Amino acid sequence: MNYDALRHFADSWGLLFMTAVFLTLIGWTFRPGAGRTHEEAAHMIFDEDKNDV
Amino acid sequence: MDNLLVKAGGWLALVFLAFLAMVLAVDGGFAVHMAIIMIACLIALWVTISKADYAAIGRGILKAPADPGKYDDDPIRWGVIATLFWGMAGFFVGLYIALQLAFPVLNLGLEYTTFGRLRPLHTSAVIFAFGGNALIATSFYIVQRTCRARLAFPGLARFVFWGYQLFIVLAATGYLMGVTQSKEYAEPEWYIDIWLTIVWVSYAVVYIGTIVKRSEPHIYVANWFFLSFILTVAMLHLVNGLAMPVSLLGAKSYSAFAGVQDALTQWWYGHNAVGFFLTAGFLGMMYYFVPKQAERPVYSYRLSIIHFWSLIFLYIWAGPHHLHYTALPDWAQTLGMVFSIVLWMPSWGGMINGLMTLNGAWDKIRTDPIIRMMVLALAFYGMSTFEGPMMSIKSVNSLSHYTDWTVGHVHSGALGWNGMITFAALYYMVPRLWGRQRLYSLRMVNWHFWFATIGIVLYAAAMWVAGIMQGLMWREYGDDGYLVYAFSEVVSAMFPMYVIRAAGGLLYLAGAAVMVYNVWMTIAGKIREEKSMTETPHDPEADKPLVAVPAE
Amino acid sequence: MTTLTQKHKKIERNVTLLAVLALVTVMIGGIVEIAPLFWIDNTVEEVEGVRPYTPLELAGRNIYVREGCYSCHSQMIRPFRDEVERYGHYSLAAESMYDHPFQWGSKRTGPDLARVGGRYSDEWHVQHLTDPRAVVPESNMPPYAFLAAKDLQSGDMSTHLRALTRVGVPYSEDAIAKANEDLLTQVDPFANSTELEQRYPKVHIRDFDGNPDRLTEMDALIAYLQMIGTLVDFEAGEALEQPR
Repeated sequence: MNYDALRHFADSWGLLFMTAVFLTLIGWTFRPGAGRTHEEAAHMIFDEDKNDV
Repeated sequence: MDNLLVKAGGWLALVFLAFLAMVLAVDGGFAVHMAIIMIACLIALWVTISKADYAAIGRGILKAPADPGKYDDDPIRWGVIATLFWGMAGFFVGLYIALQLAFPVLNLGLEYTTFGRLRPLHTSAVIFAFGGNALIATSFYIVQRTCRARLAFPGLARFVFWGYQLFIVLAATGYLMGVTQSKEYAEPEWYIDIWLTIVWVSYAVVYIGTIVKRSEPHIYVANWFFLSFILTVAMLHLVNGLAMPVSLLGAKSYSAFAGVQDALTQWWYGHNAVGFFLTAGFLGMMYYFVPKQAERPVYSYRLSIIHFWSLIFLYIWAGPHHLHYTALPDWAQTLGMVFSIVLWMPSWGGMINGLMTLNGAWDKIRTDPIIRMMVLALAFYGMSTFEGPMMSIKSVNSLSHYTDWTVGHVHSGALGWNGMITFAALYYMVPRLWGRQRLYSLRMVNWHFWFATIGIVLYAAAMWVAGIMQGLMWREYGDDGYLVYAFSEVVSAMFPMYVIRAAGGLLYLAGAAVMVYNVWMTIAGKIREEKSMTETPHDPEADKPLVAVPAE
Repeated sequence: MTTLTQKHKKIERNVTLLAVLALVTVMIGGIVEIAPLFWIDNTVEEVEGVRPYTPLELAGRNIYVREGCYSCHSQMIRPFRDEVERYGHYSLAAESMYDHPFQWGSKRTGPDLARVGGRYSDEWHVQHLTDPRAVVPESNMPPYAFLAAKDLQSGDMSTHLRALTRVGVPYSEDAIAKANEDLLTQVDPFANSTELEQRYPKVHIRDFDGNPDRLTEMDALIAYLQMIGTLVDFEAGEALEQPR
């Protein structure tokens, strides 16, 4: 494979693939039901205090 | 008893092996290192034997606390002390080499104290000894508390701590003797690299093992950052460290790659040492300690997830911006530049997420010096992650590269972001780890804050001026069409800047010294009598419900 | 939508999956950027004149590495007018193709050294390394007087050449076998140097540190400094660069 072929691939399918992954990732965190899970996870660090020395 | 015999025998065998390697070594540096390893094995042997006699003491050193209702905090306590110790050492060497640049007589004419040998000692001491110990200690602290589980493999966790200290000692003594691979931030020679690999794999095993045995359903986002930091650093270290030793009994090796390939591999490593060691790992600290100290959950957990994935994806591409306009192919340079600029976004997303966590509690900046440190750390994180992408633009880089601007940029990130967030995390952990009511003195935290802040400002400002001045003087043409300045004239023009930089470093070191004293007294169980940091007026007379006065 | 939710939960809650995904994410960038450098042919265009280091130059280069010279000196001239006028022709990839490790550097506290070879006399280098401020009053370079006092103890140079061959430097079997001999020949103007010159074209043969009685680290370092950037003949190349 040479530079031109690689470059062509990167500018087309590569770019498309990365954009798709990026958008999926953002969409992912906005899926229904995520809000509550995230809320739980974010508060989780405060449950532990009873056990601290 | 059999077990003890096997262990002690194993250590003894290692002592002999190290002795043999020392005697047969083909160069002095390797011999000294084998002697150090032999001493380390002797100490381990002594501890192993004495453990049998003093089971109780031994349990404290080698085994987890017997009470399963407590977190396994011993390695963390040692880590806190090691962080401070190496921090002081690293800051001091930094100050010393800064002074060497202004006053070269400080090189002392000895081979062991030249700038060239002390510089890697400084960078490794602050990044890997100070930063690394802080990362190991805080990650062990956080992973236990967010998983509600004790460390998996307590013996291995202790090995990680001591093994890492041995790595630091070998690396540091190696630099002084000139044992170096010359790859910046990856200077240790092949056998030290192998040792670090063993320690690092153990670290990953303890860390992941603890997550596996957690009793919380979620893996808190701080752990994501630590996990990616551990895995990526392992990958970077393994690839960039590939080298061919000249002899199995000598220190010298030759890098597996040459020229262009070696350069890109090195800066792929070097930039991601920044990205994963100094950013992802420390963001793990940030995502735990900032919410804890502010007593409110992270501003947006959703943003933290996006922050995580985009940060780790983008960072790895940015390395070639260290090689703009070099013999590296253009396409790689451009790719590095584009990704560096895009990297600005997740970085600022993370900064905003951290800062906005204080939403509704902004008054704490005034009353809580630890919060204030965290905010400053985040502010410097934001500043240097803006400056970085800017400097990676090729036209800016053509001016800034090879100058002190780069040095200033690194230090605003290292002193401002890594240093400050580490100090804040240590201040948070120390009273909790040693079961003290509070720190010896909060006012001293405040002093530390101001010493460090003014130090950083002096440092960064001096280096901006120095860097831009260098860049402009090197390329200045006169009307006659000739270069105006000889290189030596540019060097002498740097003198005042180098002095100011050293003054900034001195202040930063002074702040850290205040911290050492404060932590020392806290551990000693003392509490300084001082005015509290906040003086919100309180009037007990007015502090009661309004009750209607019955009419008479 | 429910399946997506479950998948997400899996990642958030499964440490193995999280670790694998994170590792894949960080590997993409490295693979796309680094791997092509090894097999795209135009990365390093072969240039006439570039040859592996002589044993003495290599020993000197190892001292350069040991002393951390790269902390303050780059060896990479960028293609800008001021750099080319100050230091010489911009650096080519091929010129460092046998550099294990590369010494491009990242900071110029001192000047670039990519073409320092032949620019100053040996005596200048000895004086400058011994006491930099005696020659350049403004300099903030550390003194390296100890180099002249230390005998060169490079060990068995053939093992060094052998190690380099294993990572791709084309030393001949002959060169490896005679490495130690070649090392001594290079500092001895009276020795028979035909073979050495055949193996390593453009090699400088003389005593470098001004003290012919001893072979010191100073000899080796100066031998290296005097050859940096001198292998490619740019003046001969310029004619070819003209439009035909």
